[in-house]
Amino acid sequence: MKFFSFAVPLLAPVLLVLCWIWMAARIANQVILPPMDQVLYILAHPFEDLISMGSLTSNLLVSLVRVLLGYASAVAIAIPLGVIMGYYGMVFKAFNGFLNLFRPIPPLAWVPLVMAWFGISSLATMTGVETGQWYVYLNNIKFSMLFIIFVGAFYPILTATIHGVRSVNATLLDSARVLGAGQSQIFRKILIPAAMPAIITGMRIGLGIAWMCLVSAEMLPGSLSGIGYMITHAFTLASTDIVIAGMISIGCVGALMDMVFRRVEKQKFSWQRQTNS
Amino acid sequence: MSDTPIINIQGLSKSFATKSGDQLQALDDINLSIRPRSFTCIVGPSGCGKSTILRIASGLEKASLGQVLYKGDPVVKPGADIGLVFQEYSLFPWLSVLDNVAAGPEFAGVDKQTRHRDALGFLNMVNMAEFKDAFPHELSGGMRQRVAIARALANEPDVLFMDEPFGALDAHTRILLQQELLSLWEMTHKTVVLVTHSVDEAVFLADEIVIMSARPGRIQDVLTVDMSRPRTRADKAFGELSEFLLHSLSPDRV
Ligand SMILES: Nc1ncnc2c1ncn2[C@@H]1O[C@H](COP(=O)(O)OP(=O)(O)OP(=O)(O)O)[C@@H](O)[C@H]1O
Ligand SMILES: [Mg+2]
Repeated sequence: MKFFSFAVPLLAPVLLVLCWIWMAARIANQVILPPMDQVLYILAHPFEDLISMGSLTSNLLVSLVRVLLGYASAVAIAIPLGVIMGYYGMVFKAFNGFLNLFRPIPPLAWVPLVMAWFGISSLATMTGVETGQWYVYLNNIKFSMLFIIFVGAFYPILTATIHGVRSVNATLLDSARVLGAGQSQIFRKILIPAAMPAIITGMRIGLGIAWMCLVSAEMLPGSLSGIGYMITHAFTLASTDIVIAGMISIGCVGALMDMVFRRVEKQKFSWQRQTNS
Repeated sequence: MSDTPIINIQGLSKSFATKSGDQLQALDDINLSIRPRSFTCIVGPSGCGKSTILRIASGLEKASLGQVLYKGDPVVKPGADIGLVFQEYSLFPWLSVLDNVAAGPEFAGVDKQTRHRDALGFLNMVNMAEFKDAFPHELSGGMRQRVAIARALANEPDVLFMDEPFGALDAHTRILLQQELLSLWEMTHKTVVLVTHSVDEAVFLADEIVIMSARPGRIQDVLTVDMSRPRTRADKAFGELSEFLLHSLSPDRV
Protein backbone atom coordinates (compact mmCIF):
# COMPACT_ATOMS: atom_id res chain seq x y z
CA MET A 1 0.00 0.00 0.00
CA LYS A 2 2.79 2.34 0.98
CA PHE A 3 4.63 1.59 -2.22
CA PHE A 4 1.55 2.38 -4.27
CA SER A 5 0.82 5.71 -2.64
CA PHE A 6 4.40 6.60 -3.41
CA ALA A 7 4.34 5.30 -6.96
CA VAL A 8 0.95 6.59 -8.15
CA PRO A 9 1.93 10.28 -8.41
CA LEU A 10 5.04 9.25 -10.38
CA LEU A 11 3.07 7.30 -12.96
CA ALA A 12 2.16 10.20 -15.25
CA PRO A 13 5.64 11.82 -15.33
CA VAL A 14 7.31 8.48 -16.02
CA LEU A 15 4.90 7.80 -18.88
CA LEU A 16 5.56 11.26 -20.29
CA VAL A 17 9.33 10.73 -20.15
CA LEU A 18 9.03 7.33 -21.84
CA CYS A 19 6.84 8.85 -24.57
CA TRP A 20 9.31 11.65 -25.05
CA ILE A 21 12.30 9.32 -25.42
CA TRP A 22 10.42 7.09 -27.81
CA MET A 23 8.95 9.96 -29.90
CA ALA A 24 12.22 11.85 -30.06
CA ALA A 25 13.97 8.78 -31.36
CA ARG A 26 11.28 8.22 -33.99
CA ILE A 27 10.97 11.84 -35.13
CA ALA A 28 14.71 12.36 -35.15
CA ASN A 29 14.30 16.09 -35.75
CA GLN A 30 15.52 18.18 -32.87
CA VAL A 31 13.57 21.26 -33.97
CA ILE A 32 10.31 19.41 -33.48
CA LEU A 33 11.32 17.37 -30.45
CA PRO A 34 14.89 17.37 -29.20
CA PRO A 35 16.17 14.32 -27.34
CA MET A 36 15.63 14.51 -23.64
CA ASP A 37 19.28 14.42 -22.64
CA GLN A 38 19.87 17.61 -24.65
CA VAL A 39 17.25 19.43 -22.55
CA LEU A 40 18.53 17.84 -19.36
CA TYR A 41 22.01 19.07 -20.21
CA ILE A 42 20.77 22.66 -20.36
CA LEU A 43 18.91 22.25 -17.08
CA ALA A 44 21.95 20.69 -15.45
CA HIS A 45 24.17 23.61 -16.46
CA PRO A 46 21.99 26.55 -15.54
CA PHE A 47 24.87 29.03 -15.38
CA GLU A 48 26.14 28.45 -18.91
CA ASP A 49 25.52 31.12 -21.51
CA LEU A 50 22.89 30.04 -24.04
CA ILE A 51 23.34 31.33 -27.60
CA SER A 52 24.52 34.66 -26.16
CA MET A 53 21.25 35.41 -24.38
CA GLY A 54 22.68 34.96 -20.92
CA SER A 55 22.31 31.86 -18.78
CA LEU A 56 19.11 30.15 -17.75
CA THR A 57 19.60 31.32 -14.17
CA SER A 58 20.24 34.96 -15.02
CA ASN A 59 17.15 35.07 -17.23
CA LEU A 60 15.05 33.41 -14.55
CA LEU A 61 16.32 35.91 -12.00
CA VAL A 62 15.44 38.87 -14.20
CA SER A 63 11.96 37.43 -14.67
CA LEU A 64 11.56 36.82 -10.96
CA VAL A 65 12.50 40.39 -10.11
CA ARG A 66 9.97 41.70 -12.64
CA VAL A 67 7.21 39.48 -11.37
CA LEU A 68 7.90 40.32 -7.76
CA LEU A 69 7.87 44.06 -8.47
CA GLY A 70 4.64 43.98 -10.47
CA TYR A 71 3.12 41.59 -8.00
CA ALA A 72 4.17 43.63 -4.97
CA SER A 73 2.49 46.71 -6.37
CA ALA A 74 -0.66 44.71 -7.05
CA VAL A 75 -0.61 43.41 -3.46
CA ALA A 76 0.03 46.88 -2.09
CA ILE A 77 -3.01 48.33 -3.85
CA ALA A 78 -5.44 45.40 -3.99
CA ILE A 79 -5.35 44.48 -0.30
CA PRO A 80 -6.08 47.92 1.21
CA LEU A 81 -8.65 48.63 -1.50
CA GLY A 82 -10.23 45.23 -0.96
CA VAL A 83 -10.40 45.69 2.81
CA ILE A 84 -12.08 49.07 2.43
CA MET A 85 -14.44 47.86 -0.29
CA GLY A 86 -15.33 44.82 1.75
CA TYR A 87 -16.05 46.84 4.88
CA TYR A 88 -17.78 49.95 3.55
CA GLY A 89 -20.79 49.12 1.41
CA MET A 90 -20.73 52.57 -0.17
CA VAL A 91 -17.13 52.25 -1.33
CA PHE A 92 -17.96 48.84 -2.75
CA LYS A 93 -20.84 50.30 -4.71
CA ALA A 94 -18.71 53.18 -5.90
CA PHE A 95 -15.90 51.04 -7.28
CA ASN A 96 -17.26 47.60 -8.00
CA GLY A 97 -19.10 48.29 -11.26
CA PHE A 98 -16.19 50.28 -12.56
CA LEU A 99 -13.60 47.67 -11.66
CA ASN A 100 -15.74 44.89 -13.11
CA LEU A 101 -15.61 46.59 -16.51
CA PHE A 102 -11.89 45.90 -16.64
CA ARG A 103 -11.90 42.50 -15.03
CA PRO A 104 -12.79 40.50 -18.19
CA ILE A 105 -10.00 42.11 -20.23
CA PRO A 106 -7.15 39.60 -20.49
CA PRO A 107 -3.87 41.14 -19.35
CA LEU A 108 -2.41 40.53 -22.80
CA ALA A 109 -5.08 42.71 -24.41
CA TRP A 110 -3.57 45.66 -22.58
CA VAL A 111 -0.31 45.35 -24.51
CA PRO A 112 -0.96 47.82 -27.36
CA LEU A 113 -2.36 50.49 -25.08
CA VAL A 114 0.33 50.00 -22.51
CA MET A 115 3.01 50.23 -25.19
CA ALA A 116 1.48 53.50 -26.34
CA TRP A 117 1.59 54.83 -22.80
CA PHE A 118 4.88 53.62 -21.52
CA GLY A 119 6.77 52.61 -24.66
CA ILE A 120 10.10 51.23 -23.59
CA SER A 121 10.48 53.45 -20.55
CA SER A 122 11.80 51.60 -17.55
CA LEU A 123 12.86 52.11 -13.97
CA ALA A 124 16.09 53.48 -15.44
CA THR A 125 14.12 56.22 -17.19
CA MET A 126 12.33 57.02 -13.97
CA THR A 127 15.39 57.11 -11.76
CA GLY A 128 17.47 58.94 -14.36
CA VAL A 129 20.27 56.39 -14.34
CA GLU A 130 21.74 56.34 -17.85
CA THR A 131 24.96 54.40 -17.70
CA GLY A 132 26.77 51.68 -15.83
CA GLN A 133 25.81 48.35 -14.36
CA TRP A 134 22.75 49.79 -12.62
CA TYR A 135 21.42 51.04 -15.93
CA VAL A 136 21.47 47.50 -17.26
CA TYR A 137 19.52 46.23 -14.27
CA LEU A 138 17.01 49.05 -14.09
CA ASN A 139 16.45 49.21 -17.82
CA ASN A 140 15.36 45.60 -17.70
CA ILE A 141 12.34 46.54 -15.58
CA LYS A 142 9.96 48.06 -18.11
CA PHE A 143 6.82 49.78 -16.89
CA SER A 144 4.76 48.10 -19.57
CA MET A 145 5.79 44.71 -18.23
CA LEU A 146 5.10 45.68 -14.65
CA PHE A 147 1.70 46.95 -15.67
CA ILE A 148 0.67 43.71 -17.30
CA ILE A 149 1.86 41.67 -14.34
CA PHE A 150 0.05 44.10 -12.07
CA VAL A 151 -3.25 43.72 -13.93
CA GLY A 152 -2.94 39.94 -13.87
CA ALA A 153 -2.36 39.75 -10.12
CA PHE A 154 -4.65 42.58 -9.08
CA TYR A 155 -8.11 41.08 -9.59
CA PRO A 156 -7.70 37.74 -7.84
CA ILE A 157 -6.21 39.49 -4.81
CA LEU A 158 -8.89 42.17 -4.77
CA THR A 159 -11.76 39.73 -5.14
CA ALA A 160 -10.43 37.42 -2.45
CA THR A 161 -9.83 40.30 -0.05
CA ILE A 162 -13.32 41.72 -0.51
CA HIS A 163 -14.84 38.30 -0.07
CA GLY A 164 -12.66 37.60 2.98
CA VAL A 165 -13.60 40.85 4.70
CA ARG A 166 -17.27 40.49 3.88
CA SER A 167 -17.49 37.06 5.37
CA VAL A 168 -15.96 38.05 8.69
CA ASN A 169 -18.44 37.01 11.33
CA ALA A 170 -20.32 40.06 12.64
CA THR A 171 -20.10 38.71 16.18
CA LEU A 172 -16.31 39.03 16.04
CA LEU A 173 -16.61 42.71 15.15
CA ASP A 174 -19.19 43.30 17.87
CA SER A 175 -17.04 41.47 20.41
CA ALA A 176 -14.06 43.62 19.55
CA ARG A 177 -16.09 46.82 19.80
CA VAL A 178 -17.49 45.85 23.17
CA LEU A 179 -13.96 45.09 24.33
CA GLY A 180 -13.03 48.63 23.42
CA ALA A 181 -11.46 48.37 19.96
CA GLY A 182 -11.31 51.62 18.02
CA GLN A 183 -11.93 51.79 14.30
CA SER A 184 -8.30 51.41 13.30
CA GLN A 185 -7.91 48.48 15.68
CA ILE A 186 -10.96 46.89 14.11
CA PHE A 187 -9.17 47.04 10.77
CA ARG A 188 -5.71 46.03 11.92
CA LYS A 189 -6.51 43.52 14.61
CA ILE A 190 -9.80 42.01 13.53
CA LEU A 191 -10.71 42.44 9.87
CA ILE A 192 -7.30 41.78 8.38
CA PRO A 193 -6.39 38.74 10.51
CA ALA A 194 -9.89 37.32 10.10
CA ALA A 195 -9.76 37.78 6.34
CA MET A 196 -6.14 36.65 6.07
CA PRO A 197 -6.80 33.06 4.96
CA ALA A 198 -8.90 34.35 2.05
CA ILE A 199 -6.34 37.04 1.28
CA ILE A 200 -3.50 34.52 1.21
CA THR A 201 -5.45 32.31 -1.16
CA GLY A 202 -6.03 35.31 -3.41
CA MET A 203 -2.34 36.17 -3.23
CA ARG A 204 -1.42 32.63 -4.21
CA ILE A 205 -3.72 32.66 -7.23
CA GLY A 206 -2.55 36.17 -8.11
CA LEU A 207 1.08 35.14 -8.05
CA GLY A 208 0.35 32.20 -10.33
CA ILE A 209 -1.37 34.49 -12.82
CA ALA A 210 1.36 37.11 -12.53
CA TRP A 211 3.93 34.49 -13.36
CA MET A 212 1.90 33.42 -16.40
CA CYS A 213 1.46 37.01 -17.55
CA LEU A 214 5.19 37.40 -17.43
CA VAL A 215 5.89 35.40 -20.56
CA SER A 216 3.55 37.58 -22.59
CA ALA A 217 5.01 40.69 -21.00
CA GLU A 218 8.49 39.58 -21.91
CA MET A 219 7.49 39.21 -25.54
CA LEU A 220 6.99 42.96 -25.65
CA PRO A 221 9.44 44.88 -27.83
CA GLY A 222 12.39 46.28 -25.96
CA SER A 223 12.74 43.21 -23.79
CA LEU A 224 16.22 41.77 -24.08
CA SER A 225 16.19 39.34 -21.21
CA GLY A 226 13.98 37.21 -19.08
CA ILE A 227 12.77 33.67 -19.39
CA GLY A 228 9.91 34.61 -21.73
CA TYR A 229 12.29 36.47 -24.01
CA MET A 230 14.65 33.52 -23.90
CA ILE A 231 11.94 31.16 -25.04
CA THR A 232 10.69 33.30 -27.91
CA HIS A 233 14.18 34.14 -29.04
CA ALA A 234 15.26 30.50 -28.89
CA PHE A 235 12.22 29.67 -30.97
CA THR A 236 13.27 32.06 -33.74
CA LEU A 237 16.65 30.35 -33.71
CA ALA A 238 14.97 26.95 -33.86
CA SER A 239 16.56 25.91 -30.57
CA THR A 240 13.65 23.85 -29.35
CA ASP A 241 15.78 22.34 -26.59
CA ILE A 242 16.16 25.77 -24.99
CA VAL A 243 12.44 26.41 -25.44
CA ILE A 244 11.60 23.25 -23.56
CA ALA A 245 14.21 23.84 -20.86
CA GLY A 246 12.77 27.33 -20.39
CA MET A 247 9.24 25.99 -20.13
CA ILE A 248 10.31 23.41 -17.58
CA SER A 249 11.98 26.08 -15.45
CA ILE A 250 8.88 28.29 -15.65
CA GLY A 251 6.81 25.37 -14.44
CA CYS A 252 9.19 24.55 -11.63
CA VAL A 253 9.51 28.10 -10.36
CA GLY A 254 5.71 28.55 -10.49
CA ALA A 255 5.12 25.30 -8.63
CA LEU A 256 7.74 26.22 -6.06
CA MET A 257 6.13 29.60 -5.34
CA ASP A 258 2.76 27.93 -5.05
CA MET A 259 4.18 25.38 -2.65
CA VAL A 260 5.58 28.10 -0.39
CA PHE A 261 2.15 29.71 -0.20
CA ARG A 262 0.42 26.44 0.49
CA ARG A 263 2.82 25.75 3.29
CA VAL A 264 2.09 29.15 4.84
CA GLU A 265 -1.64 28.52 4.47
CA LYS A 266 -1.34 25.19 6.19
CA GLN A 267 0.89 26.29 9.05
CA LYS A 268 -0.51 29.69 9.90
CA PHE A 269 -4.16 29.11 9.27
CA SER A 270 -4.92 25.81 10.85
CA TRP A 271 -7.59 27.64 12.88
CA GLN A 272 -9.48 28.16 9.68
CA ARG A 273 -10.47 24.51 9.51
CA GLN A 274 -13.22 25.40 11.89
CA THR A 275 -13.78 28.95 10.83
CA ASN A 276 -16.66 29.76 13.06
CA SER A 277 -15.16 29.12 16.45
CA MET B 1 -26.61 54.06 47.64
CA SER B 2 -27.25 50.48 46.60
CA ASP B 3 -30.71 51.48 45.52
CA THR B 4 -29.51 53.90 42.86
CA PRO B 5 -29.79 51.85 39.70
CA ILE B 6 -26.53 51.23 37.84
CA ILE B 7 -28.40 50.73 34.57
CA ASN B 8 -31.53 52.65 33.86
CA ILE B 9 -33.51 51.99 30.70
CA GLN B 10 -35.97 54.80 30.02
CA GLY B 11 -38.70 54.72 27.42
CA LEU B 12 -36.59 52.65 25.07
CA SER B 13 -38.06 51.91 21.65
CA LYS B 14 -36.38 50.50 18.60
CA SER B 15 -37.62 49.96 15.10
CA PHE B 16 -35.74 48.45 12.20
CA ALA B 17 -36.28 49.12 8.53
CA THR B 18 -37.20 45.81 6.90
CA LYS B 19 -36.28 44.78 3.38
CA SER B 20 -39.78 45.58 2.10
CA GLY B 21 -39.37 49.13 3.36
CA ASP B 22 -41.70 48.86 6.36
CA GLN B 23 -40.71 49.64 9.91
CA LEU B 24 -40.49 46.72 12.28
CA GLN B 25 -41.12 47.72 15.86
CA ALA B 26 -38.71 45.52 17.81
CA LEU B 27 -38.97 47.27 21.18
CA ASP B 28 -41.78 49.41 22.48
CA ASP B 29 -41.33 51.66 25.50
CA ILE B 30 -39.05 49.54 27.65
CA ASN B 31 -38.47 50.82 31.18
CA LEU B 32 -36.20 48.91 33.50
CA SER B 33 -33.77 49.71 36.23
CA ILE B 34 -31.04 47.39 37.39
CA ARG B 35 -29.54 47.50 40.85
CA PRO B 36 -25.79 47.34 41.25
CA ARG B 37 -24.48 43.81 41.90
CA SER B 38 -27.81 42.25 41.12
CA PHE B 39 -28.38 39.30 38.83
CA THR B 40 -31.16 39.90 36.33
CA CYS B 41 -32.47 37.42 33.77
CA ILE B 42 -34.54 38.41 30.77
CA VAL B 43 -36.82 35.74 29.34
CA GLY B 44 -39.24 35.97 26.47
CA PRO B 45 -40.25 34.43 23.16
CA SER B 46 -37.90 34.47 20.21
CA GLY B 47 -37.87 37.80 18.43
CA CYS B 48 -39.20 39.84 21.35
CA GLY B 49 -36.09 42.01 21.33
CA LYS B 50 -33.98 40.61 24.14
CA SER B 51 -30.75 40.81 22.17
CA THR B 52 -31.69 44.24 20.91
CA ILE B 53 -31.97 45.54 24.48
CA LEU B 54 -28.49 44.26 25.31
CA ARG B 55 -27.05 45.62 22.07
CA ILE B 56 -28.45 49.07 22.70
CA ALA B 57 -27.50 49.03 26.36
CA SER B 58 -23.93 48.09 25.50
CA GLY B 59 -23.69 50.81 22.88
CA LEU B 60 -23.54 48.59 19.80
CA GLU B 61 -26.82 49.87 18.47
CA LYS B 62 -28.69 53.18 18.66
CA ALA B 63 -32.10 53.56 20.26
CA SER B 64 -34.94 54.92 18.12
CA LEU B 65 -36.49 56.56 21.15
CA GLY B 66 -35.56 56.78 24.80
CA GLN B 67 -32.21 56.05 26.32
CA VAL B 68 -30.12 53.78 28.48
CA LEU B 69 -28.27 55.35 31.39
CA TYR B 70 -25.20 53.85 32.96
CA LYS B 71 -24.59 55.47 36.36
CA GLY B 72 -26.70 58.36 35.17
CA ASP B 73 -24.94 58.94 31.84
CA PRO B 74 -26.41 57.92 28.50
CA VAL B 75 -24.65 55.00 26.78
CA VAL B 76 -23.75 56.11 23.27
CA LYS B 77 -20.92 53.81 22.33
CA PRO B 78 -19.31 50.62 23.62
CA GLY B 79 -17.06 51.16 26.59
CA ALA B 80 -14.94 49.22 29.02
CA ASP B 81 -17.51 49.56 31.85
CA ILE B 82 -19.97 47.28 30.12
CA GLY B 83 -19.09 43.80 28.87
CA LEU B 84 -21.10 41.58 26.58
CA VAL B 85 -20.84 37.82 26.16
CA PHE B 86 -22.41 36.29 23.06
CA GLN B 87 -23.95 32.89 22.54
CA GLU B 88 -21.11 31.56 20.40
CA TYR B 89 -18.59 32.28 17.65
CA SER B 90 -17.22 35.26 19.50
CA LEU B 91 -13.64 34.19 20.23
CA PHE B 92 -11.01 35.40 17.78
CA PRO B 93 -10.07 32.16 16.05
CA TRP B 94 -6.54 33.27 15.09
CA LEU B 95 -5.57 34.12 18.68
CA SER B 96 -4.61 31.71 21.42
CA VAL B 97 -6.87 31.44 24.45
CA LEU B 98 -4.50 33.65 26.43
CA ASP B 99 -4.43 36.35 23.73
CA ASN B 100 -8.19 36.19 23.42
CA VAL B 101 -8.58 36.91 27.11
CA ALA B 102 -5.98 39.66 26.86
CA ALA B 103 -7.71 41.29 23.88
CA GLY B 104 -9.54 44.02 25.79
CA PRO B 105 -6.41 45.21 27.62
CA GLU B 106 -4.53 45.02 24.32
CA PHE B 107 -7.03 47.39 22.69
CA ALA B 108 -6.54 49.66 25.69
CA GLY B 109 -2.77 49.64 25.17
CA VAL B 110 -1.69 47.56 28.16
CA ASP B 111 1.80 46.11 27.63
CA LYS B 112 2.12 42.47 26.72
CA GLN B 113 3.64 41.17 29.92
CA THR B 114 1.04 42.78 32.17
CA ARG B 115 -1.93 41.80 30.07
CA HIS B 116 -0.76 38.20 29.76
CA ARG B 117 -0.21 37.96 33.49
CA ASP B 118 -3.67 39.38 34.21
CA ALA B 119 -5.28 37.22 31.55
CA LEU B 120 -3.82 34.14 33.16
CA GLY B 121 -5.45 35.16 36.43
CA PHE B 122 -8.84 35.36 34.75
CA LEU B 123 -8.28 32.05 33.00
CA ASN B 124 -7.63 30.57 36.42
CA MET B 125 -10.95 31.91 37.61
CA VAL B 126 -12.76 29.93 34.92
CA ASN B 127 -10.48 26.88 35.34
CA MET B 128 -9.03 27.23 31.87
CA ALA B 129 -5.43 28.15 32.68
CA GLU B 130 -4.04 24.89 31.37
CA PHE B 131 -5.51 25.68 27.94
CA LYS B 132 -3.91 29.10 27.65
CA ASP B 133 -1.93 28.16 24.54
CA ALA B 134 -4.77 26.34 22.81
CA PHE B 135 -6.73 27.87 19.97
CA PRO B 136 -10.51 28.28 20.04
CA HIS B 137 -11.13 25.53 17.47
CA GLU B 138 -9.44 23.06 19.78
CA LEU B 139 -11.91 23.69 22.61
CA SER B 140 -15.34 22.30 23.37
CA GLY B 141 -18.36 24.59 23.37
CA GLY B 142 -18.37 24.85 27.17
CA MET B 143 -14.66 25.69 27.26
CA ARG B 144 -15.13 28.40 24.66
CA GLN B 145 -17.85 30.02 26.73
CA ARG B 146 -15.60 29.89 29.80
CA VAL B 147 -12.94 31.69 27.80
CA ALA B 148 -15.47 34.20 26.50
CA ILE B 149 -16.53 34.95 30.07
CA ALA B 150 -12.91 35.31 31.18
CA ARG B 151 -12.29 37.66 28.26
CA ALA B 152 -15.23 39.85 29.25
CA LEU B 153 -14.10 39.88 32.89
CA ALA B 154 -10.51 40.71 31.94
CA ASN B 155 -11.75 44.09 30.76
CA GLU B 156 -12.91 44.68 34.35
CA PRO B 157 -16.40 45.92 33.48
CA ASP B 158 -18.90 46.87 36.16
CA VAL B 159 -21.77 45.39 34.24
CA LEU B 160 -21.75 42.09 32.39
CA PHE B 161 -24.41 41.49 29.76
CA MET B 162 -24.79 37.94 28.55
CA ASP B 163 -26.87 37.01 25.52
CA GLU B 164 -27.87 33.36 25.86
CA PRO B 165 -24.31 32.49 26.86
CA PHE B 166 -25.13 28.84 27.47
CA GLY B 167 -27.75 28.49 24.74
CA ALA B 168 -25.60 26.28 22.54
CA LEU B 169 -24.45 23.92 25.28
CA ASP B 170 -25.70 20.52 26.30
CA ALA B 171 -27.82 20.32 29.45
CA HIS B 172 -25.07 18.97 31.67
CA THR B 173 -22.41 21.51 30.70
CA ARG B 174 -25.01 24.18 30.98
CA ILE B 175 -25.79 23.44 34.61
CA LEU B 176 -22.09 23.28 35.38
CA LEU B 177 -21.48 26.68 33.84
CA GLN B 178 -24.48 28.20 35.60
CA GLN B 179 -22.92 27.21 38.92
CA GLU B 180 -19.55 28.54 37.91
CA LEU B 181 -21.11 31.79 36.76
CA LEU B 182 -22.87 32.22 40.10
CA SER B 183 -19.66 31.79 42.05
CA LEU B 184 -17.87 34.21 39.71
CA TRP B 185 -20.65 36.70 40.23
CA GLU B 186 -20.43 36.34 44.00
CA MET B 187 -16.66 36.65 43.85
CA THR B 188 -16.40 39.65 41.52
CA HIS B 189 -19.47 41.68 42.56
CA LYS B 190 -20.44 42.39 38.98
CA THR B 191 -23.90 43.42 37.91
CA VAL B 192 -25.10 40.69 35.55
CA VAL B 193 -27.93 40.83 33.03
CA LEU B 194 -28.44 37.51 31.30
CA VAL B 195 -30.81 36.74 28.45
CA THR B 196 -32.05 33.19 28.29
CA HIS B 197 -34.68 31.02 26.68
CA SER B 198 -34.59 28.67 29.60
CA VAL B 199 -37.03 29.29 32.43
CA ASP B 200 -35.08 26.85 34.55
CA GLU B 201 -31.89 28.84 34.02
CA ALA B 202 -33.59 32.09 34.99
CA VAL B 203 -35.02 30.65 38.19
CA PHE B 204 -31.69 29.10 39.11
CA LEU B 205 -29.69 32.27 38.59
CA ALA B 206 -31.70 35.42 38.95
CA ASP B 207 -32.53 37.91 41.68
CA GLU B 208 -34.96 39.44 39.26
CA ILE B 209 -36.65 37.96 36.21
CA VAL B 210 -37.89 40.22 33.43
CA ILE B 211 -40.60 38.59 31.32
CA MET B 212 -41.06 39.99 27.85
CA SER B 213 -43.72 39.56 25.20
CA ALA B 214 -43.28 39.88 21.46
CA ARG B 215 -44.60 41.96 18.59
CA PRO B 216 -43.85 44.57 19.65
CA GLY B 217 -41.30 43.71 22.34
CA ARG B 218 -42.60 44.85 25.70
CA ILE B 219 -41.93 44.09 29.32
CA GLN B 220 -44.80 42.01 30.55
CA ASP B 221 -43.75 41.47 34.12
CA VAL B 222 -40.82 41.73 36.49
CA LEU B 223 -40.54 39.11 39.22
CA THR B 224 -38.32 39.18 42.26
CA VAL B 225 -36.94 35.78 43.19
CA ASP B 226 -36.40 35.55 46.90
CA MET B 227 -35.16 32.00 47.15
CA SER B 228 -31.83 31.77 48.92
CA ARG B 229 -28.77 30.43 47.15
CA PRO B 230 -27.60 27.83 46.43
CA ARG B 231 -30.91 26.88 44.89
CA THR B 232 -31.79 23.33 44.11
CA ARG B 233 -34.12 22.27 41.38
CA ALA B 234 -35.74 19.80 43.76
CA ASP B 235 -37.06 22.67 45.82
CA LYS B 236 -40.82 23.14 45.79
CA ALA B 237 -40.61 26.90 45.34
CA PHE B 238 -38.25 26.36 42.39
CA GLY B 239 -40.82 24.21 40.64
CA GLU B 240 -43.67 26.56 41.35
CA LEU B 241 -41.85 29.58 40.04
CA SER B 242 -40.77 27.71 36.92
CA GLU B 243 -44.34 26.61 36.37
CA PHE B 244 -45.59 30.15 36.79
CA LEU B 245 -43.02 31.49 34.32
CA LEU B 246 -43.80 28.84 31.74
CA HIS B 247 -47.43 29.72 32.06
CA SER B 248 -46.72 33.45 31.63
CA LEU B 249 -44.68 32.75 28.53
CA SER B 250 -47.08 30.35 26.81
CA PRO B 251 -48.42 31.99 23.68
CA ASP B 252 -52.05 31.00 24.21
CA ARG B 253 -52.26 32.80 27.54
CA VAL B 254 -55.07 35.34 27.43
N1 LIG C 1 -30.29 44.57 12.46
C1 LIG C 1 -31.59 44.28 12.34
N2 LIG C 1 -32.27 44.63 11.23
C2 LIG C 1 -33.59 44.35 11.11
N3 LIG C 1 -34.31 43.72 12.03
C3 LIG C 1 -33.69 43.34 13.16
C4 LIG C 1 -32.31 43.59 13.38
N4 LIG C 1 -31.97 43.10 14.58
C5 LIG C 1 -33.09 42.57 15.10
N5 LIG C 1 -34.13 42.71 14.25
C6 LIG C 1 -35.50 42.28 14.50
O1 LIG C 1 -35.90 42.74 15.75
C7 LIG C 1 -36.64 41.76 16.46
C8 LIG C 1 -36.00 41.48 17.77
O2 LIG C 1 -34.75 40.83 17.54
P1 LIG C 1 -33.84 40.29 18.72
O3 LIG C 1 -32.67 39.64 18.08
O4 LIG C 1 -33.58 41.37 19.69
O5 LIG C 1 -34.78 39.20 19.37
P2 LIG C 1 -34.44 38.17 20.54
O6 LIG C 1 -35.46 38.34 21.58
O7 LIG C 1 -33.03 38.28 20.94
O8 LIG C 1 -34.69 36.80 19.79
P3 LIG C 1 -33.97 35.40 20.05
O9 LIG C 1 -34.55 34.88 21.32
O10 LIG C 1 -34.38 34.58 18.89
O11 LIG C 1 -32.52 35.67 20.13
C9 LIG C 1 -36.73 40.56 15.55
O12 LIG C 1 -37.98 40.56 14.90
C10 LIG C 1 -35.63 40.78 14.56
O13 LIG C 1 -35.99 40.23 13.32
MG1 LIG D 1 -31.32 37.05 20.75
